[in-house]
Amino acid sequence: MLLTIRSLTKTFPGTRALDSVDFDLRAGEVHALLGENGAGKSTLIKCLTGAYQRDEGELTLDGAPISPQSTLEAQELGIGTVYQEVNLLPNLTVAENLTFGRQPTRFGMVDGRAMRRQAEEMLSGYGVDVDVRRDLGTYSVAIQQIVAIARAVTLSGKVLILDEPTASLDSREVAMLFDVVRSLREQGLGIIFISHFLDQVFEISDRVTVLRNGCRVATDDIAGLERLRLIEHMLGHELEDETREGRHAHVPSDPSERTLHFEGVGRRGLIEPFDLSVGRGEVIGLAGLLGSGRTESAEVLFGIKPTQTGTARDENGEIALRNPREAVAAGFGFAPEDRKTDGIVADLSVRENIALALQARRGWARPISRAEQNRLADHYIDRLDIRTSDAEKAVGDLSGGNQQKVVLARWLAMNPRFFILDEPTRGIDVGAHAEILRLIEEVTADGMSILVISSELDELVAVADRVIVVRDRRHVAQLTGAEVETDTIVRAIAAPDADSDEEAA
Amino acid sequence: MPRVIQRVLPQLLTLAALMALVSVFFPDFLEITYSDGRLVGPVIDILKRGAPVALLAIGMTLVIATRGIDLSVGATMAICGACSAWAISAGYGLAGALGFAMLAGLAAGLWNGALVAVFGIQPIVATLILMTAGRGVAQLITEGRILTFNHEGLAFFGSGDILGVPMPTLIWVLLGVLVALLVRRTALGLLIEAIGINRRASTLAGINSRVLLIAVYMASGFCAAWAGIVATADIRGADANNSGLWLELDAILAVVIGGNSLLGGRFSIAASLLGAMIIQTIDTGILLAGFPSEFNLVIKAALVLVILVLQSPNLAPRFARIARRRRGTPAAGKLTTREAGE
Repeated sequence: MLLTIRSLTKTFPGTRALDSVDFDLRAGEVHALLGENGAGKSTLIKCLTGAYQRDEGELTLDGAPISPQSTLEAQELGIGTVYQEVNLLPNLTVAENLTFGRQPTRFGMVDGRAMRRQAEEMLSGYGVDVDVRRDLGTYSVAIQQIVAIARAVTLSGKVLILDEPTASLDSREVAMLFDVVRSLREQGLGIIFISHFLDQVFEISDRVTVLRNGCRVATDDIAGLERLRLIEHMLGHELEDETREGRHAHVPSDPSERTLHFEGVGRRGLIEPFDLSVGRGEVIGLAGLLGSGRTESAEVLFGIKPTQTGTARDENGEIALRNPREAVAAGFGFAPEDRKTDGIVADLSVRENIALALQARRGWARPISRAEQNRLADHYIDRLDIRTSDAEKAVGDLSGGNQQKVVLARWLAMNPRFFILDEPTRGIDVGAHAEILRLIEEVTADGMSILVISSELDELVAVADRVIVVRDRRHVAQLTGAEVETDTIVRAIAAPDADSDEEAA
Repeated sequence: MPRVIQRVLPQLLTLAALMALVSVFFPDFLEITYSDGRLVGPVIDILKRGAPVALLAIGMTLVIATRGIDLSVGATMAICGACSAWAISAGYGLAGALGFAMLAGLAAGLWNGALVAVFGIQPIVATLILMTAGRGVAQLITEGRILTFNHEGLAFFGSGDILGVPMPTLIWVLLGVLVALLVRRTALGLLIEAIGINRRASTLAGINSRVLLIAVYMASGFCAAWAGIVATADIRGADANNSGLWLELDAILAVVIGGNSLLGGRFSIAASLLGAMIIQTIDTGILLAGFPSEFNLVIKAALVLVILVLQSPNLAPRFARIARRRRGTPAAGKLTTREAGE
């Protein structure tokens, strides 16, 4: 056994985050760690990497007991970690990031050439084409992720912990990352893989351990494990949704009844001009690979990157969309993909975050009374099942899924007529995932129109009335009715574009 | 309002401790007498002398809450003081003097705000420009000399008093209360905190962060204008070289002693005002205690260091632990790390 954990316990005031958890990791295996938000995955990892000190239990690495006091010590022992939000320095070059803390020196100065050579060596074998002299931040998250892995493997080299590495990658990038993970497995590393994407867990893992409420529920070989059983382990009850396959009748709105029209909106270098009409209570899916123009479409629609061409209008005439404020005034809402940087205001309370958009629309001179704010907060904490000790807790202290719910609550409180959701279920657990999809159905029944951007095609199929496919920064296809199926969407994304030449000409 | 008291408690305790300390060296420190229709005593003197820094701290608190900083307030003081002295000398009367000073302050704030919010220049650099240029502007207004005036009306704002309370004290208390009410009774406070914590997310939520930023720098300029009026009225003359010199640093210090984070977000104007009084108590206290004047700056620095170390967030859990051990109770109370998450 490469790494063993025996009866690990960690308590925080009021919570038992881990309750005598056992865990084994063999050399040369990918061991998935699953559980809903709050199950104790992060705490377990933090105890392993020295970020937290355990209360009880034993850790052994290669048979020797270890007790890392800091992440640095864990790294030196051989335990490297790569987090969902890459914790490297985007403003330094790739080479500097890779050699950070142990740069080769020459006469006391950093030896740039040796550093580059080292960095290139570290990255060789990962099958990525990276200019190590460029800033890390200029590369995609997938490349940054691989750079982080290369650094962790070189520094540590026994145990690699991947904490939600695929959360913001598209399928091609995931495949690239998994190739890297497989080759590291062959080299004999023990890899702990944390993910919410069950497909990926089944694809890459050898074994899986499920945590729930701080306890280990099961450890199983992935071969022969049923997906449904796994989800039952995670949720602790039989999941109806998964079997029921919450199919949704794909009813696109009648084109003549669409009230919100975007005509030829676009922005050079971002997204080619496109038309979009939206009907009341309609859910439109936006599918495409990461970087294909999905988020960019949303940014144009919400005025974040103002459109250079085209117009938006409704039954009352033209709508100005030069900035988010005007979009909000027009009754639009936007829950961004990266909720940490673009969504939540971390130090403000749940209550204040929920009231924020409504308050912004009312203007500073008409404050929402404290009583009204409390009412709003309580209402949405209850309706969206936001798990927080109370409404005054800072949003930054909530888990990812709950932060997302707060962002959704902020917009629902404003009752937008057109709500854009960019990857609403990214990186959140199965339970919250289902709740958010249910919420979409609920609010559209009340007449709200929704545009959902998602990499998870199943999700689009589950909620969307029609699906628009984006490729290479163009809206290339629209699927309606029976066409809204995973296969068709994939084919539309992959299809060589027949009319691209005409349009380009 | 128990929440407000709780927020400013560390500052109140610090102030009380300092006053006790000064009383040790100067037993008559707390004595206040009423003579010639005015209150007299070291404490009254502190409340009066601390007016410029207190006024600057009001605006600075708002700027810092947006994750900015305003280095130009000292120079703005000089400009506004010069404007008021010039306006009086030029015969515009008291209203003209106050009006020109306030306009100059607002214009300075507009300049800073535009550089920060429209051109995206980092606040420390953007306001450095006016910090440097501002004294030059003030010298142009005073034509390079100390512009003295003889106008009882204007001088009243520096040395007069109402019901025994010095005018400068009334001005900072009044402005502080007005601004605090303005930001807390409207949604301004929340919106300012929001853009200070996460400007991008706030903009996406529909907040007009650009206008709000400009407004905050204008508020800072407005406060600096009143600080300039008080300073100029007090000496009955505008000294472009020395009016408000280095006071921007004292104002920033007051905000920091007030427990406001330089990283923006949550703010308390009351705490900043207490911070300004703490600084003035140190200044006055050192003089009263009779130390040779060459010790003043060193003692001030040492006291400020002690205050900031005691307030340090890194030390707070340690103090709590010591306190717990003393009491022999098991670990309870606030979690210092992020709560046990997933």
